[in-house]
Amino acid sequence: MLGYILRRLAATIPVMLIVAVLVFLMLRLTPSDPAAIIAGDNANTEQVEDIRRRLGLDQPILTQFVIWMSEILRGNLGESFFFKKQVVELIADRIEPTLSLALFTILIAILVAVPLGTLAAYRHGTWIDRFVMGFSVLGFSVPVFVVGYLLIYVFAIELNWLPVQGYQRFSTGVGGWAQRLILPSLTLSVIYVALIARITRTSVLEVMNEDYIRAARAKGQTEGKVLVRHALANAAVPIVTVIGLGIALLIGGVVVTESVYTIPGLGRLTVDAVLARDYPTIQAVILLFSLVYVIINLLVDLAYTFFDPRIRY
Amino acid sequence: MTIDALQTESPGVASGSRPAGVWATSVRNRGVVAGALFVLFIAAIGVLAPLLGTLDPAEINPAFRNKKPGMERTMRADDGTETRMVHRFGTDTLGRDVYSRTLYGARVSLLIGVTVAVISVFVGLVVGLIAGYVRWLDGFIMRIMDGLMAIPAILLAMGVVSLTRGAGLLAVIIAIVIPEIPRVVRLVRSIVLSIREEPYVEAAITVGTPTVLLLIRHVLPNTVAPLIVQGTFICASAILIEAILSFLGIGIPSETPTWGNIMAEGRSLFRVYPHNIFYPGVFLALTILAINMLGDGLRDALDPRFAKRL
Repeated sequence: MLGYILRRLAATIPVMLIVAVLVFLMLRLTPSDPAAIIAGDNANTEQVEDIRRRLGLDQPILTQFVIWMSEILRGNLGESFFFKKQVVELIADRIEPTLSLALFTILIAILVAVPLGTLAAYRHGTWIDRFVMGFSVLGFSVPVFVVGYLLIYVFAIELNWLPVQGYQRFSTGVGGWAQRLILPSLTLSVIYVALIARITRTSVLEVMNEDYIRAARAKGQTEGKVLVRHALANAAVPIVTVIGLGIALLIGGVVVTESVYTIPGLGRLTVDAVLARDYPTIQAVILLFSLVYVIINLLVDLAYTFFDPRIRY
Repeated sequence: MTIDALQTESPGVASGSRPAGVWATSVRNRGVVAGALFVLFIAAIGVLAPLLGTLDPAEINPAFRNKKPGMERTMRADDGTETRMVHRFGTDTLGRDVYSRTLYGARVSLLIGVTVAVISVFVGLVVGLIAGYVRWLDGFIMRIMDGLMAIPAILLAMGVVSLTRGAGLLAVIIAIVIPEIPRVVRLVRSIVLSIREEPYVEAAITVGTPTVLLLIRHVLPNTVAPLIVQGTFICASAILIEAILSFLGIGIPSETPTWGNIMAEGRSLFRVYPHNIFYPGVFLALTILAINMLGDGLRDALDPRFAKRL
């Protein structure tokens, strides 16, 4: 097991290295001059040259990469052009809202989607099943920001139950923090619920015809236990896999949701950085989110043995 | 159109497991019919936009800003004749007619969806065939694809957009194509790898069929059905990502009427004038829904093996 973990851990290194190379090359391979883009339309040649020197763009590309990579590995992500701050500080400052939003969303999504999907499989072919399937197709199709504004309109403007926008730090009070996270995480969880409910339904449906389900029923097990302990437990691996893969959707959704609800998190930072063409920040955020995505999927892989003891490494 | 093309080709397809009459199966599937009809409807709206009582979608009217839907307005032409018109969907903060902008927005969305689907399927097909057939390149290509897939699609698109000065249509298309390519490459490669083992391919190799001919005659036909399905889903996701980019203010320049741009315009005054967000939002959601339904149905009809799994 330990050997497997180490091997899997080692296997993520080349992937992250390639991500780093791609992120690095993105800026260097553009048809236009990156220094000129950063400087903006009003800059003179001198300013452009200054930026070029500061970015190290005047050196050979391999040297640039080695310098860039070694800085990153030492935890130095550079200085943001736009915010005039160390990117590391900038990210540390923005992590709390994003992390809160993501955790709330994952929690809501799993708590809603898994029972819904199981129920749909259990009542296969009934209106519940059709409702869940319909919701999951719809959830994939309605863009996050449309869901967001719809929820704001109904719950914040018309019903006046929840605040419209904004974020409150955890340290200033749990109540206000949670209250402001309800609508954003509901918004963000729609697509995630759609994804998880769908796969839960499929994989539970697949095991429902197995002999051990019939055996469990034959020995008089209650339907609830049959569903949870026998069906769901055996259907867990694909569900967990999809939860891991769905993190990519979640990250994309975070960017949009934070803009809709004006939450000062990493997603908002990404949009601001792109608008300002703040490349050190853009690169750092892409690297960070990709790393999170890769690591979560590594953890999912490792969790297989927990959900299915038949899997041995 | 795609279905017709497939129909004429399918008798020659080597797999043999396809049920008779893809066309018949598709028509029987209500999702395909409803989805296709709605996509045609939106396409018709986009093409016929000038004839549907629209104004110039870029025309700014400072005197008629932020009007609620249904507001009437009298327009006086140069020769003194007066015409009355109704702002069905209201006007935005610059006094532009939201109804006209929404209808014209259909053009951009569908153009982007179809273009992105065609380019990514084509590029992905070529790269996937190479990866699947030229074994020594396989590892290299697939590692790059793994790297690309490790970057969440929207972030990758945002990163690419940030590299261009004042993103235009082309930049946005490229930005959306790049994250989609690895998914097509993976699909094509896996098909190639499984087809290579088929006896008829081995037979073809034995009788000395040149590799290029082998790919065209035996491998390519097997990729058609899955790629049509995949292309449909890419089309839906491209429309969605374009709308997100525009909505965030980093997509197509804001004077171009796209659904995302209209919504971006409506963000600041959403509390008072929600129509700027809702009308294009409904069009966007329904269009994506229709394309997804079309894709689901086509998958059931074209790819029964895969359909069983999901």
